[in-house]
Amino acid sequence: MAIASEVVVVGGGLAGVTAALSAAREGADVRLVSHKQSTLQQASGLVDALGYLPPVDPPGEDPTATPTAARTGAVTDRPDPEGPLADPFEAVDRLPESHPYRLVGADALRAGLALFDDAVDGYRGGHTDRNALVPTFGGAVKPTARYPASAAAGLASDDRPMLVVGFRSLSAFDARMVADRLAAADVPFEVAGADVAFPAAFREDAKITRFAHALDRDEPVEGTPARAALAAAVEPHLDDVEGGAERVGFPAFLGDDEAAAVRAALADRLGADVFEVPMGPPSLPGLRLEDRLYGALDAAGVSYETGVPVVDCETDGAGRIERLLVDRTGSEVPYAAEAVVLATGGLVGKGIDADREGVREPVLGCHVPHPADRYEWYVDDAFGDQPYARFGVRTDDRLRPLGPDGEVQFPNVRVAGATLSGADVAREKSASGVSLATGLVAGREAAAEVPG
Amino acid sequence: MTGSDEEERTGAASDPLDPDDYDAVDVFEGGDLDLRAGSDSCYKCTSCDTSCPVAEVDDSFPGPKFQGPEQWRLKRKEDADIDDSITSCSNCMRCDDACPSSVPLSQMHNEARGEYVDEQMDKLSREYVRNRILSNYRFFAAIASKTPRLANFVTGLGVTQWAGEKLLGITSEREFPDFAEETFREWWRKRGGAAVENPDKRVAYFHGCYSNYNTPEVGKAMVRVYEEFGYEVLVPPQKCSGTPMFANGMLPDARRHAETNVENLVAAIGDGADVIASCTSCSMALRQEYPELFDLHGVDDVAEHTFEALEYLRINEDLEGALSEAELDGESFAYHAPCHARNQGLARQAVETFREVEGADIEDVGDSCSGISGTYGWKAEKYDYSMEIGAEMFEHMEAADGEVGMTECPTCAMQMEHGTGYEIRHPLQALESALVE
Ligand SMILES: Cc1cc2nc3c(=O)[nH]c(=O)nc-3n(C[C@H](O)[C@H](O)[C@H](O)COP(=O)(O)OP(=O)(O)OC[C@H]3O[C@@H](n4cnc5c(N)ncnc54)[C@H](O)[C@@H]3O)c2cc1C
Ligand code: SF4
Ligand code: SF4
Repeated sequence: MAIASEVVVVGGGLAGVTAALSAAREGADVRLVSHKQSTLQQASGLVDALGYLPPVDPPGEDPTATPTAARTGAVTDRPDPEGPLADPFEAVDRLPESHPYRLVGADALRAGLALFDDAVDGYRGGHTDRNALVPTFGGAVKPTARYPASAAAGLASDDRPMLVVGFRSLSAFDARMVADRLAAADVPFEVAGADVAFPAAFREDAKITRFAHALDRDEPVEGTPARAALAAAVEPHLDDVEGGAERVGFPAFLGDDEAAAVRAALADRLGADVFEVPMGPPSLPGLRLEDRLYGALDAAGVSYETGVPVVDCETDGAGRIERLLVDRTGSEVPYAAEAVVLATGGLVGKGIDADREGVREPVLGCHVPHPADRYEWYVDDAFGDQPYARFGVRTDDRLRPLGPDGEVQFPNVRVAGATLSGADVAREKSASGVSLATGLVAGREAAAEVPG
Repeated sequence: MTGSDEEERTGAASDPLDPDDYDAVDVFEGGDLDLRAGSDSCYKCTSCDTSCPVAEVDDSFPGPKFQGPEQWRLKRKEDADIDDSITSCSNCMRCDDACPSSVPLSQMHNEARGEYVDEQMDKLSREYVRNRILSNYRFFAAIASKTPRLANFVTGLGVTQWAGEKLLGITSEREFPDFAEETFREWWRKRGGAAVENPDKRVAYFHGCYSNYNTPEVGKAMVRVYEEFGYEVLVPPQKCSGTPMFANGMLPDARRHAETNVENLVAAIGDGADVIASCTSCSMALRQEYPELFDLHGVDDVAEHTFEALEYLRINEDLEGALSEAELDGESFAYHAPCHARNQGLARQAVETFREVEGADIEDVGDSCSGISGTYGWKAEKYDYSMEIGAEMFEHMEAADGEVGMTECPTCAMQMEHGTGYEIRHPLQALESALVE
């Protein structure tokens, strides 16, 4: 016997969850299997669709050559990326042909975002096609398609005076630097930064979850409840901003389960709107998003299990995957499926594996095109068009993986998210959008493989 | 195949609690484990820190990233002492599950804890003696269960609890679990062992201490459900899985128990059986911690053939089919997935199994840790943290429709009951109600 489902999704990041929800919507019986927690834990909680168009074919270079070779020339000659883009959809057709957005089309991006809006509460941005501009912890302003409600009062298009608050114990977030950079970026409002001491005597390197927990529970800090104590520490700085702050931004650890209540209590005491500035890892907004996505799986009746990797597969003569083998802490358990979605992440999520010998997709052994010469995997410019950023599984427009010969390698497999080749999501600011668009199509396609 | 309780108890009685009799077995034959590869693959994403329930409430705890890869590196470089914060890690293994880079965090913690206890801890200290007692729970359970009524009476006395707290640092906030009038093994022997013989479908039951001494109804439910599906059940002689010992750095103790367990389970596997456990920390120990820590003959065999009881049925039987005919009498459960179930991919199995059963309503109360983590929540200095970690689960339980809790882990069950007053059942007991006449 094996554990049997119609569709098995491998990988529990944004792409896997989207594929599972999408296949379930089509009526399939779906199971999601994920090894470790996904990169959502480290991501900002922002859902980027397309913020910039990097120049992929600088003048004078042969666009048909491998996306890589000899791009080490004069770095400074290369044009800046186009952007920030106001409208991510209209720019899709200007991406390289091999980009996942070009395979599935701008409509798939729209549908993926709509599925997200449906499944996840507490997000904003769905009212318009245009990107919102959200300040980040590096002091940049980032074009993004959806943002958590907790970040809403911080939008850069809003002209109310802003105070950014940092904590001396939290060196990853420098409020004055954030404020200076925002001002330098010509935002249409007054902004100042202030460092305060978090009112509790936590150890130097106390975990962010510790702060969030204290605020969630409104723990007394030397006799005063944490929320009131925090507001009291910030209050004297409200006038650091010309005209007096009408909104106050904090690093994103204002509570976890009780985040909305924490923000409301602070806003009440400060007489100003309160928002969170998305952080790098560890990211509470990312964690909260993960919780909501898994809640949506539960609501959709999708079975899921995490903590266990898929390690191997069995195929029939025609390359159809019949069973996946899951390593459950030492015992190998077979999972039978009619169709499989592969959403195991990229180089970061371990869905694509690279070593000196080459680049591989380790679960099913899908072909990953890459230059044989390792010196062509990267270019000298750290911020340049890095070939390895685009490494991944190549597919047809139905997201079926293509072998070295260009033929479909596994007919009942669909690939989604960071496992796909062709996108440089970090430079384009398109990571979540690619996962949503391709997850949606992969799920729909996988459901269609199931014999009615 | 029924091990007598006699030999069991003698086995238990040989467990030394006398510090002078402490035999410091070299846990890692051929020296320390080489965990460099694991340590090197840490890219400091802090996912582990974010998922650590202890770091969330105890700001003196520097978190798993420090305990694991950072401490390991520090130690290699300058031969530094193990930081004593390692004793605050509850061994919930959540960090293991979180790390996207497969750094073997809990293995690193287990090793560090063992070294700390071995080399740095004063063997006459109250803390050491207390931890030794807590982790050798089975030793006391074996004695107490000979006179369960007396034991229940004594442990219920206020003065016992007072003494426990003052002398040993065991919290007086908790009630000691009741000992059963009849242990699972006594019941099994009286019953005459297995009621089904079947050379083609055999399982060896690793009942662990808790379902033997405290909740034999879980073990009985397991037997009845498995026999309903035509399995022959073996109950090999066994000792403690070692889970509480790992959590307290008592690795030589754990190893001794593991030796007996592996030897007997290998024999059962030789007889054609797969091993099943009803406690997710026991299956975790057999599947992951044994092979990580002990180089014993057959240890990988045991890991490969071990399953959790419900998991095994879901893989090998058409459980959904059987349950589609079954009915429960309007039962609503608030289900909590134990941390050790999570790492085995079992966090959702009960919810999925009962979702389709007529008359049963099951709700997942969320992914927080229950906070007790075996012996952690019994320590006087950890009790408040333990309840703070559990608070989220208690709230979600109260908010759920069910007034009956459900979980696979006996100490989580203790915590759920302690925090909400709910009666707690094991999924096997609900299966028994649904499937066995
Ligand atoms: C630091 C960081 C910051 C980010 N910030 C942003 C941002 O600001 N905006 C934005 O839009 N996006 C951001 N992202 C990207 C985004 O969060 C996702 O990484 C992206 O959407 C890719 O998702 P995915 O589902 O394809 O892959 P992943 O999130 O990598 O998920 C892959 C999953 O597959 C699992 N897996 C791997 N191998 C196996 C196996 N053998 N068996 C079972 N499961 C397996 C992994 O454990 C993992 O859970 C960020 C990412 C990172 C790392
Ligand atoms: S095992 Fe649990 S308590 Fe220990 S460091 Fe890891 S997450 Fe924290
Ligand atoms: S989760 Fe893993 S990679 Fe990330 S900091 Fe912890 S040990 Fe390092």
